[in-house]
Amino acid sequence: MAQATASPITLTINGEPHTLTVDHRTTLLDVLRERLDLTGTKKGCDQGQCGACTVLVDGRRIVACLQLAVATEGRAVTTIEGLAEGDELHPVQQAFLDLDGFQCGYCTPGQICSALAVLDEHAAGWPSAATDDVRPEAGPPALTPEEIRERMSGNLCRCGAYVPIVQAVAKAAGQAAETTEESAA
Amino acid sequence: MTTTAQPPTVGAAHTRVEGRDKVTGAARYASEQPFDQLVHSWLVLSTVARGRVRKVGEEAVRAMPGVLAVLHHGNAPRLTTDYASMLGAPDPTVALFQHDRVPHAGWPVALVVAETPEQAREAAESLVVEYVEEPHDVAFHAGRPDAYVPEDGGAVATKGDLEAELAASSVVVDASYTTPEQHHSAMEPHAATARWEGGRLEVVDSNQGSMWVADELAKLFSLDPSSVRVRSEHIGGAFGSKGVRPHQVAAAMAATVLQRPVRLALTRRQTFAVTGYRSPTAQRVRLGADADGRLRAFGHEALNLTSTLRPFVETSAALGRVLYDARAHHTVHRLVDVDMPTPTWMRAPGEAPGSFAVESALDELAERLGMDPIALRARNEPAVGPLSGLPFSSRNLLGCFEEGARRFGWAERDPRPRMRREGRWLLGTGTAAATYPSGAAPSTASVTAEADGTFTVRISAADVGTGARTALTLIAAEALDVAPERVDVRIGDSDFGPAWVAGGSMGTRSWALAVTSAVGELRGRLALADGEIPPEGITARTDTAGLLAELAKKERHSFGAQFAEVAVDVATGEIRVRRMLGIFAAGRIVNPLTARSQLIGGMTWGISMALHEEAVRDEASGSQLGADFASYHVAANADVPLIEADWLEDPVPDDPVGIKGIGEIGIVGVAAAISNAAWHATGVRHRDLPLRPDRVLRAEAEAVGD
Amino acid sequence: MREFSYERATDVSSAVALLETDPDARWLGGGTNLVDLMKTGVERPGRLVDVRELPLGRIESTDDGGLRIGATVTNSELAAHPEVRRRYPALAQAVLAGASGQLRNMATVGGNLLQRTRCAYFTDTSFPCNKREPGSGCPAATGEHRNHAILGASEHCVAVHPSDMGVALAAFDAVVAYESAAGGGELPLADFYLPVGDTPHLETALPPGALITAVTLPPAPVAAHSRYRKVRERASYAFAIGSAAAALDVADGVVREIRLAFGAVASRPWRASTAERVLRGQPAVGAAFAEAADAELAAAQVLDQNAYKVPLIRNLVVSLLTELAEETAR
Repeated sequence: MAQATASPITLTINGEPHTLTVDHRTTLLDVLRERLDLTGTKKGCDQGQCGACTVLVDGRRIVACLQLAVATEGRAVTTIEGLAEGDELHPVQQAFLDLDGFQCGYCTPGQICSALAVLDEHAAGWPSAATDDVRPEAGPPALTPEEIRERMSGNLCRCGAYVPIVQAVAKAAGQAAETTEESAA
Repeated sequence: MTTTAQPPTVGAAHTRVEGRDKVTGAARYASEQPFDQLVHSWLVLSTVARGRVRKVGEEAVRAMPGVLAVLHHGNAPRLTTDYASMLGAPDPTVALFQHDRVPHAGWPVALVVAETPEQAREAAESLVVEYVEEPHDVAFHAGRPDAYVPEDGGAVATKGDLEAELAASSVVVDASYTTPEQHHSAMEPHAATARWEGGRLEVVDSNQGSMWVADELAKLFSLDPSSVRVRSEHIGGAFGSKGVRPHQVAAAMAATVLQRPVRLALTRRQTFAVTGYRSPTAQRVRLGADADGRLRAFGHEALNLTSTLRPFVETSAALGRVLYDARAHHTVHRLVDVDMPTPTWMRAPGEAPGSFAVESALDELAERLGMDPIALRARNEPAVGPLSGLPFSSRNLLGCFEEGARRFGWAERDPRPRMRREGRWLLGTGTAAATYPSGAAPSTASVTAEADGTFTVRISAADVGTGARTALTLIAAEALDVAPERVDVRIGDSDFGPAWVAGGSMGTRSWALAVTSAVGELRGRLALADGEIPPEGITARTDTAGLLAELAKKERHSFGAQFAEVAVDVATGEIRVRRMLGIFAAGRIVNPLTARSQLIGGMTWGISMALHEEAVRDEASGSQLGADFASYHVAANADVPLIEADWLEDPVPDDPVGIKGIGEIGIVGVAAAISNAAWHATGVRHRDLPLRPDRVLRAEAEAVGD
Repeated sequence: MREFSYERATDVSSAVALLETDPDARWLGGGTNLVDLMKTGVERPGRLVDVRELPLGRIESTDDGGLRIGATVTNSELAAHPEVRRRYPALAQAVLAGASGQLRNMATVGGNLLQRTRCAYFTDTSFPCNKREPGSGCPAATGEHRNHAILGASEHCVAVHPSDMGVALAAFDAVVAYESAAGGGELPLADFYLPVGDTPHLETALPPGALITAVTLPPAPVAAHSRYRKVRERASYAFAIGSAAAALDVADGVVREIRLAFGAVASRPWRASTAERVLRGQPAVGAAFAEAADAELAAAQVLDQNAYKVPLIRNLVVSLLTELAEETAR
């Protein structure tokens, strides 16, 4: 008997549950773009080499082009369309806009989703390849421009907007830190 | 009207008018417009480098699930391909499926159309194409005996006797440089969706000029120009690659055959094969100077490859004709025909590779003369065009060097190489000049005064990420003397009429002229209407052909000075750029926010060109090896330090717009500045790009061996 | 991409049973390598068995003071784990040097060990390749091989293993645990990868259909003083052209214990046992480090374009060990 080559799945996207039947070959990226008309997530290389399709799955950033949709059963996906609260941009989006952290805009949704995760990963104390001493005793690394550059390196930008991208992430991180300090105070 | 208290528009920083759409994911690109009954297609490319297609095994594929059509040279509609467009002869790849010849690896041989992208892909990958193979030749190197000077008016420029002046020079630099095959690699792969709607062919595309594409599609398919409409609202980068390419032709062809909307999105790998690239170059620069640094001889010979189908000249030897005076000048371009795709324009065509050779050679000359590299350039500053004898519309190269040197701290630099060390890193600084032509081409635009007090501008311009939409909004608002919020600029639609493309650093300059002259026309119409605006508004349209024809013949160029500091670990071959500064004289800057982004973007390209970019051609197969972003490296975030870009006031008195265009100049000279800095750090010259770790290691071993 | 069936495994024994009966099936972990290879047609499985829901996602201390890392632990989790960073910092650094934040969140430890070479002839089906199609030839040896092997290769294949993580694991004597229909077993990393010889398509010593369940790191006090350095053609998000993991213990200026492994030089992470042997008991100075590296690299066989890897690795060893020695002295 031939095995099924398509399966029904249910996943949550930007807080909304979706149930659909997917060809097993279909990636999460193509489900978003071709089936659900969520075209904010971009296809730059379709092989995990550019980061344009970065989304958050259960809060962690991944590349949607290498994620088979059938394997996302029960997961919670956040895309660029799910970040703003109505007309209010997410602080990372606002910083990218204000500091011109993009040009053609095609890598931008992936950059912004990645930046969100960078702030979370840093807040969780994760080291990076730019961290000189990774031992826990050394304490969490400061989010220097060098740390931001390394952590954002999975998102290529061909227009060459890295300089304002780093500034935008730093600005958003500063705001996040201020908010944390205020709530802690 | 000039007394109103509008906040400054042109010259003040404005975020992009479409910025909100881009940061929220709302901006839709070419493959993202929904269509009823949409079907998907997949291109099949030749795996042989030369020969003929013997058989396309379509029967087996036609039986696969969802497959609707297989198009190839045996069944495709005939096209008209012997035409000229606004950019000259069409790219040979647009002659899609018109014959069985395979002129290079990656030549499109078939298109498979199916209901879903997964079905189209699997069917295309299953398609068996049989070839009759012929021997191929893709070897590019200096000294090929079959190199020839193309029949292009600009291929050679000469004054004086180069050999005699070289012989009379106190110091001579004679050096050879190479740059590799480079690919545009815009983040958005080319994509088009075509359909027939109301008797018109409509194509939603990603391109640098909707009118350009519409015009060529009309010619290819022998259609009335008015029955083709091309839209290109948002473009995910272009850099010269997004002209008329097989994807639009294939989608239009399949939509015509199937009478359904057809989408073709190229894979990343396919973009490397069918959307053009920058040819590798082999260049020889010969400089002869008196002991005081004055150039007697300036010689630059540049070789690039082209396909067997069409000559394409990478005009690497052009910039010396503008930059430096010398008693004798001899610059020449040569070509060699190989079995590879036809190269095309890529950001700063000519000037990008050419400046690497010339500005590296100048640095070598400065070293030999024991002279500061900036002083050497100042010594050879021309009063008029070195070859043309024409005056410069404005030229402030030395001002750029002066301001750059001050801000970069050039005065504190010890000119001796290999003097600074920090841990495992040797440090050095370098500089180079930049220039790029400031052209303009005829364009049309319309401006409508709407009954509600707003204004609508329509122009077939393209915003490929340059900020053109925003710049034109500011230009129109200034000309209309209203707040930018009252101006709606619509672009990217061939129905708006002929206009120049986003290319050659001429877009914003050409379009701005059309918009301001249309506003001038509108003011006249509004005065006649006496304030009464009918419901359909009052529209004025202009064409700038006449205005541009009146422009005095001058040397019109942008200029700049590039500075770089690099760190080199000679034990591992790693090079890191630590900081960069570019100072430019580039006419009037419309929007400082986006202008800075463009210049820094160009400089970032320069880092990428200097250290990373290189397409590898497998000579045995004639194919590109590693046509993906894991092998073809463009700079990642971690490669790019804080880059500063700024500009000088650069008024152009006789110019009706004063805008020079800034899309290309940012990259010019950067690779040389970085390479010169690497010499300063290590004492070793690099004459081949990119400056890879293995090359640094080899150079170090040779230097130690000396 | 060929159509395929998909199953989500929930326990190890039934997962192993599934693969035993179907030679056309593959394990799906993070998918970062497999899905890419399926898109390019290098892999065409008829069935995927998703192992990410298996209870193999923990990092635990072993009784003897080592660490047991579950096969489905992601690279990110591994690199962020306090005990990994404390006891085996070079391992955390190696993992962080690989790929990108996104890919590290997807990729698993088991998948990392089983990833295929990034040799561009292998990943493009329009070229012949002995690893992909046995007997079809190796165009790399006479073609482009700047990033190919200098150690342990053969005329049949000169591809390198792309893993960073594996280099640190090799230095620390990792042991791979697996389950298969024929029973479970353990393979020291030193025996995990097969010699290239004339069978480059046979890459590991795992029995057919076996599933990696964990990687165990034995206790190694020297590992607490370790470091990984990677050289590549751009500063991040690129595969290594040469890398090294080193751990060093110096007493009275003499090397007491040393661990050294290289990446991007062979078809496997390369444990530099010869260099270690030469260096033990020697003074912890640059000349001794260089001599040890030379002893290891004496077996190197270089091609036209990859000869630079010999000085690169040598210099990397000297630089890395000198740094570690200076830190020890402090």
